[in-house]
Amino acid sequence: MSTNAQTEPPAQDVPLLGRGRDLIARQLKRAPKEFSVGMVGTTLYAGMTILSSYVIGWVTDSVLLPAIEAGDITIATLVGAALAVVGVATARGIGITLRRSGAYYAQHRLQYRDRIEVTDRYLDLPIEWHRRHPTGQLLANANEDVEAAAFIAAPLPMAFGVILMLVGTGVLLILTDPFLALIGFAVGPIMLVVNYVFQRKMRAVAAKAQRLRAEVADIAHESFDAALVVKTLGRESDEVGRFGERSDELRDRMVEVGRLRAAFDPLIEALPNIGVLAVLLVGAWRVDQGLVTPGTLITFAYLFRLVALPMRVFGWLLGELPRSVVGMDRVESVLSETGSVRYGQEDPGDDGGAKADAESIAYQYPESEYEDLSSVAAATSVTEPENGRGIEKISLEIAPGRTVALVGPTGAGKSTIAHLLVRLFDPDTGRISLDGHTLVDLDRDVLASSVSIVFQETFLFNDTVYSNITLDEGFDESEVYEAAKLARAHDFITALGKGYATVVGERGTSLSGGQRQRVAIARALIRKPRLLVLDDATSAVDPAVESQILEGLRELDTTVLIVAYRRSSIVLADEVIYIEDGRVIDRDTHQGLYESLPAYQALIDAYEVVEEPA
Amino acid sequence: MTTKTAQALPTARRKHQGAWKTVKRGLSLSPELRIGLGLTLAIALVATAGRVIVPIAIQQIIDRGLEGGGVDMGFVVQMIMLALGAVVITAGATGWMHLRLARVAETALSGLRVRAFRHIHDLSMLHQASEQRGVLVARVTSDVDQISRFMQWAGLMLVVNAGQALLALIVMLVMSVWLGLVVVVLVPFIVIMIRFFQTRLEVAFLRVRERVGHMLALLAETVVGAPVIRAYGIEARTRERLEQAIESHRHAGVTAGRLSAAFSGAGEISSAVVVAAVVVVGTILAVQGTTTVGTVVAFLFLVQLFVQPVQVMGEAVNEAQTAVAGWSRVLDILDIEPDVADPGPDGLELPRKPLGVNFDKVVFRYPRPGEDMGAGDATPALQNIDTEIPPRQRVAIVGETGSGKTTFAKLLTRLMDPSEGTVSIGGIDVKKVRFDSLRDRVVMVPQEGMLFRGTIADNVRMGRPGARNEEILATFDRLGLRDWLDELAQGVATPVGERGSSLSVGERQLVTLVRAAIADPDLLVLDEATSAVDPATEVRINRALVELTSGRTVVTIAHRLSTAEAADRVLVFDDGEIRQDGPHEQLVVEGGVYGALYESWQRGTTS
Repeated sequence: MSTNAQTEPPAQDVPLLGRGRDLIARQLKRAPKEFSVGMVGTTLYAGMTILSSYVIGWVTDSVLLPAIEAGDITIATLVGAALAVVGVATARGIGITLRRSGAYYAQHRLQYRDRIEVTDRYLDLPIEWHRRHPTGQLLANANEDVEAAAFIAAPLPMAFGVILMLVGTGVLLILTDPFLALIGFAVGPIMLVVNYVFQRKMRAVAAKAQRLRAEVADIAHESFDAALVVKTLGRESDEVGRFGERSDELRDRMVEVGRLRAAFDPLIEALPNIGVLAVLLVGAWRVDQGLVTPGTLITFAYLFRLVALPMRVFGWLLGELPRSVVGMDRVESVLSETGSVRYGQEDPGDDGGAKADAESIAYQYPESEYEDLSSVAAATSVTEPENGRGIEKISLEIAPGRTVALVGPTGAGKSTIAHLLVRLFDPDTGRISLDGHTLVDLDRDVLASSVSIVFQETFLFNDTVYSNITLDEGFDESEVYEAAKLARAHDFITALGKGYATVVGERGTSLSGGQRQRVAIARALIRKPRLLVLDDATSAVDPAVESQILEGLRELDTTVLIVAYRRSSIVLADEVIYIEDGRVIDRDTHQGLYESLPAYQALIDAYEVVEEPA
Repeated sequence: MTTKTAQALPTARRKHQGAWKTVKRGLSLSPELRIGLGLTLAIALVATAGRVIVPIAIQQIIDRGLEGGGVDMGFVVQMIMLALGAVVITAGATGWMHLRLARVAETALSGLRVRAFRHIHDLSMLHQASEQRGVLVARVTSDVDQISRFMQWAGLMLVVNAGQALLALIVMLVMSVWLGLVVVVLVPFIVIMIRFFQTRLEVAFLRVRERVGHMLALLAETVVGAPVIRAYGIEARTRERLEQAIESHRHAGVTAGRLSAAFSGAGEISSAVVVAAVVVVGTILAVQGTTTVGTVVAFLFLVQLFVQPVQVMGEAVNEAQTAVAGWSRVLDILDIEPDVADPGPDGLELPRKPLGVNFDKVVFRYPRPGEDMGAGDATPALQNIDTEIPPRQRVAIVGETGSGKTTFAKLLTRLMDPSEGTVSIGGIDVKKVRFDSLRDRVVMVPQEGMLFRGTIADNVRMGRPGARNEEILATFDRLGLRDWLDELAQGVATPVGERGSSLSVGERQLVTLVRAAIADPDLLVLDEATSAVDPATEVRINRALVELTSGRTVVTIAHRLSTAEAADRVLVFDDGEIRQDGPHEQLVVEGGVYGALYESWQRGTTS
């Protein structure tokens, strides 16, 4: 995923200069203090670079040559010369340090600000918005895109310094000698153009190579994951062929990288040398005419070397600009997303199982528009996320303290109803209420403590089991144990290496699927919700344990809605609501529905084919 | 995690092998790298030589062209033409060197990559330890990329820079021994300064990487866990944690950046100290007449050519170390002997008749990581396996996770060889059967319907290369899956996505069943899926399975009671041994391990 995320923007499509200016203006504004450190540093650096060439020329003209002519030298003059050289270099060194520090400060400040703001938006934007955007894209926005947008801060102070140096050198050249100036004005622009062209071409090839690297890795992953199939079907040679093909393509790209460098590196290296030689040629002629001193000649020869190399920064800056601009655009598009969930102030109280009502609610998932913030979307999501389907005109009443099972074929809208009941999002039309209070009017915290949902796909944080249950809210240890026991998780947790202090690993990978689900159930139970929604939350739990959990729930003073597949869990419900294609078909006890509704019977029987002896 | 598993590979003991040895081993395995190496190095030498020409020209022009009051323009022009020629030759040589190096290195590396890929497929650790797969992928991707990057960038820099520094030093010493010695004396101080910064920089950047990892993990949690965060109203806690991680990343980045900036500044100052020393000593020497103005000025340029490479050398050496480490990891993988070998053309073919299976006193031990293969003290994963499966019998294998049932299936399909005893199919020891015959007649259907990117037809065709579309359709027909296929807009041409992700879990299983059916094996090994699929697909899978298994010898690793019940015979594994053996009804009466399993199944399905 991360490799895919580095997909290249089509460089040509970006109206570069205008957008580049916007980007630079935005970033300067967002880290003014940091940039000013860099700018002060780079000014010092530019000034001292020019001065250091003068010092060298001055040393030649005023120390070296007179000393040789006189055949004598005073210590004072020597020390003076040495101090001048070291002094200017020290100032230049300080300039370099400040320039680079400033660049780092700015880069990191920009990353920091954008990351904080982007993740703030993530936490505020409705879940629907999250569903419209693939995970890979959201991660790339908060990471790679932020980084790309901030990257421009790295070459910026340097580029500014080089401009100062170029202007300074140009002015000095004109003031000193027009012929020397001519060389400068010839070589300088050529350097700029060559560097720029090199960077552009290199970026294009490097991006292709990067994509191929990702493909090579994908094939290796797929092939190794499927090792059993490959081996048992004797497909090794075919796999090697497939892998080798991509690997060779990558090789060709890398050879092209080498070819580009073979063409440009020597040119970029030779140009300053040619400039120095031209300065020597013209300079010697001017010295012959008595118009410049040998010191001046050396000053400019030296200056050419010092200025030529940093000019690479423009190539770098211009080369990175498209990527940075695209990064900024993507970051900005997240930041400009409006909409957050609004909460009311009402509190239905805290009095046992809640009565939950849905009055002719309808909900359609927004077309998966995948607003194209980036080409990442296309690369990472082969399929749409399994949103489930919408519902139309559903009315439900769930009496306080009842356990109700929601049953229906895949895609009937079961999960959608479950999510609407805990206000993960709001219905398009109709009203959902808890004890008569519309969900929308409920206070944020009251809502969170009154209803709990356990999702089909368990999500655990990379934290201890304990924290995964409490989510760092102030529960007593005894409450944690009690919830875990109720979720039939206590025993396996205490058997773990560090018990409740065991860190579960990323997404809880160190636990089995059933264990993760039980921890997630404990997380819900500890909140003593008045409405508990289990969205197929026990699918990986052993059926026997599942029954124990569900039976335990019946003793709690809470209303329970379960989305269930197994007959063993369905029969434990007081009532079953059968839905199909986003509509309620009927509701009754399991036995009642089984006898009266052929569709329901067929569905239950289909499960039994799998689970029960024929 | 990654480093830990990497060390668990049996070859980690080679870690301390010297870098030089690795390079030698690597060169012998990729002889392409050595082709024309001499010429490339010679070109590199020319490329570096050109760099010292300009300072020499400056010296010559100042000393001989600007001599006395007048300027000898003829000499100056001649010198500059010579120098220009040298610059052009240098440029040509630099370009040529890049070209040769890229071509040779990348060709060799692609070869190495593919060889390692092929070799890894022959290693049974690939399916033994799935958590090591990521590490194995790294062997054929990032490790090789690292070598490539090194060859084209840092490695080149290392060679060219070393050459440049050496050459500049020689030129300096030739021009003026004393002035040259001034530079030589000051170098150790610069090296000490570089060391000082480098050790600190390494620590600082390591910290940055750690913090990036932490931050990314939290970012991922925030994005992936968005519904949980919302449902439980823990935005504040999440925000606080994120802010902390983002800030600590920023802090580490700035700290490392400041250090690196100070390093550049210090480098600048230290090279100025050398320049100042050259000026002072040079002037004194010039006054004494031991050296010339031109030489002193040329030194100002030469010092730069000398100090710059020294400054970047440390970085290049670091990269060299990473590259060599990567190379050595790739070579280590190539050094592991495949534990299952194809007997090749001398091997036997399985007879064309229904196949039975015989396990004769079979024991299997997993090799312990870090030890030599076959260490006798490991607890066997399987022992005392002595059983006979007649042709066309349908056997269900039952047992807890880790009881040895998967190992049994892998020995049966010769994904591994037993530590003791023999496994024979159709009366022939499987070790003597040619792979193509074995893979043709014995097919295993793994648990999760593992598909490859491509179309449904592509995936099915893996079972029988060259199968025509009509045959594929006929197989779908035979398994009763035609209606499912026809519901898909593109039929057999439907792309299945990466790892089959465009299909549901159950649909993926359907395709793997068709793939197995078209292969038409005599012995079928099924690893039953555990994950729940929607009921309609489940019905289809069961229907297809009945059709697929009829008339074949079938061994199923069963997770469901119904499968065990429908089998002719059940083998109950416990703790690496077969504890019970017989038809379902008999075992239920017997009780024991199977009785307990049966009871828990019963509870789960009929309460």
